[in-house]
Amino acid sequence: MKHLLSINDLDLTGATTILDDAEEFSEVQQRDIKKLPTLRGRTVVNLFFEDSTRTRSSFEIAGKWLSADVINMSAKGSSTSKGESLRDTAMTVAAMGVDALVIRHSASGAPSQVAGWVDCGVVNAGDGMHEHPTQALLDAFTLRRHLRRVHGPDASFAGCRVAIIGDLTHSRVVRSNVLLLNLLGAEVTLVAPRTLMPSGVDAWPVTIADDVDDVLPEMDAVMLLRVQRERMSGGFFPTPREYTIGYGMTRDRLQMLRPEAAIMHPGPMNRGLEISSDAADGAASRILEQVAAGVAVRMSVLYQVLGGNQEGER
Amino acid sequence: MTARVVMDAAEADRALQRMAHEVLEANGGVDGLVILGIPTRGVPLAERLAAAIERVEGVPVPVGQIDITMYRDDLRRHPTKALGPTRIPVELERHVVVLVDDVLFSGRTVAAALDALKDIGRPRAVQLAVLVDRGHRQLPIRADWVGKDLPTAADEHVAVALAEVDGETAVTISRPGTEGIS
Repeated sequence: MKHLLSINDLDLTGATTILDDAEEFSEVQQRDIKKLPTLRGRTVVNLFFEDSTRTRSSFEIAGKWLSADVINMSAKGSSTSKGESLRDTAMTVAAMGVDALVIRHSASGAPSQVAGWVDCGVVNAGDGMHEHPTQALLDAFTLRRHLRRVHGPDASFAGCRVAIIGDLTHSRVVRSNVLLLNLLGAEVTLVAPRTLMPSGVDAWPVTIADDVDDVLPEMDAVMLLRVQRERMSGGFFPTPREYTIGYGMTRDRLQMLRPEAAIMHPGPMNRGLEISSDAADGAASRILEQVAAGVAVRMSVLYQVLGGNQEGER
Repeated sequence: MTARVVMDAAEADRALQRMAHEVLEANGGVDGLVILGIPTRGVPLAERLAAAIERVEGVPVPVGQIDITMYRDDLRRHPTKALGPTRIPVELERHVVVLVDDVLFSGRTVAAALDALKDIGRPRAVQLAVLVDRGHRQLPIRADWVGKDLPTAADEHVAVALAEVDGETAVTISRPGTEGIS
């Protein structure tokens, strides 16, 4: 795998391999010496045109634990703020002899464009409202662990029902998650105010529901997405309070879940808005596991992109 | 395919039986021993060796496995390999590790296994047991216990099949030719 730009770059075997390898990498996370020599001599640049402490630091840790040299570049204070184009920035960094670029950009499709310009590997760390493939992979990793805990070590995604609730229009996480969960065999239900449903959602392989309360008792897992504060003045819903009443994971809704259902959230959370503290900190919450899974899954992705001979010759 | 069987299932069993005795004699029993197989075929061999040791001593010996994929020196020459599991059932610090693999050839796999072990802990000692030593070492590595010394030409192909993985147990040697190697 030369790049990871979209979940569409993966087939079932490829996705499963990333999750399986991540299990091994998460075992390394438990060791005293959390370092593997695998990517020694390789250089990874985190090129972040948008702030993201969580994703950037977990890519950084992942690269370092694989012995790659990791360099962080942010748009602030860089040549981008002096008016340099994306193409020039990417080509300049790549010209230094970098082996992989991890790119976060506010424009959908930016990593794919960069992949066409440079020779090195490119990993999409979130682009606009398009995709966030490593987030979807770590969500799937966390969910698979949860299913295996509940149903035994051979549990699969087949028949597993997942609801994704929240601001689906502006979310890149939802797109990647729908693609990946569908690839793995899970059934996805989307719930959101009609104003926050992505356009073209009718063509997605999902069930669309309006009423959270109808959906919750059926689900094996519920993923809540952040309602972005900056959207609140956009007329997407009347008031935050009304959003919470209609779609928030409140203490009352927590009671509707099956006892073995998992609650997930990619963070950062708006406590009291889309998720109550009872849900976020309760027994069903897998939110901190998601964060821990981030490093192992990103190690697995970097290993796929940089670990072998990408030309496929033996 | 001109494959010649150089060790059948019964011979492999007898060799493992003897190696079990040798391991016990050299270490004065099972105390502080841990057997670690190198995937893929080192793992069932490690389990067989541990079972043979238990039959002799009447005491179980811990068995695990150590994947060396991430420590290989030729990673970049091949397409990305999927990782195997690493399971170490004991604290390495107080144990003598017996590494088990099917074929000892260049020694690079064992070197990678030693690197991997070093990152996990500091065993009291590391010993090496292999079913077949076919020579042609590229590194200063030797086995402590060998099922069968098998002189080969460098371009010959030695294949170890195990019932657990391949359905039947046999060590075969084949010459390269127009029919290719398995």
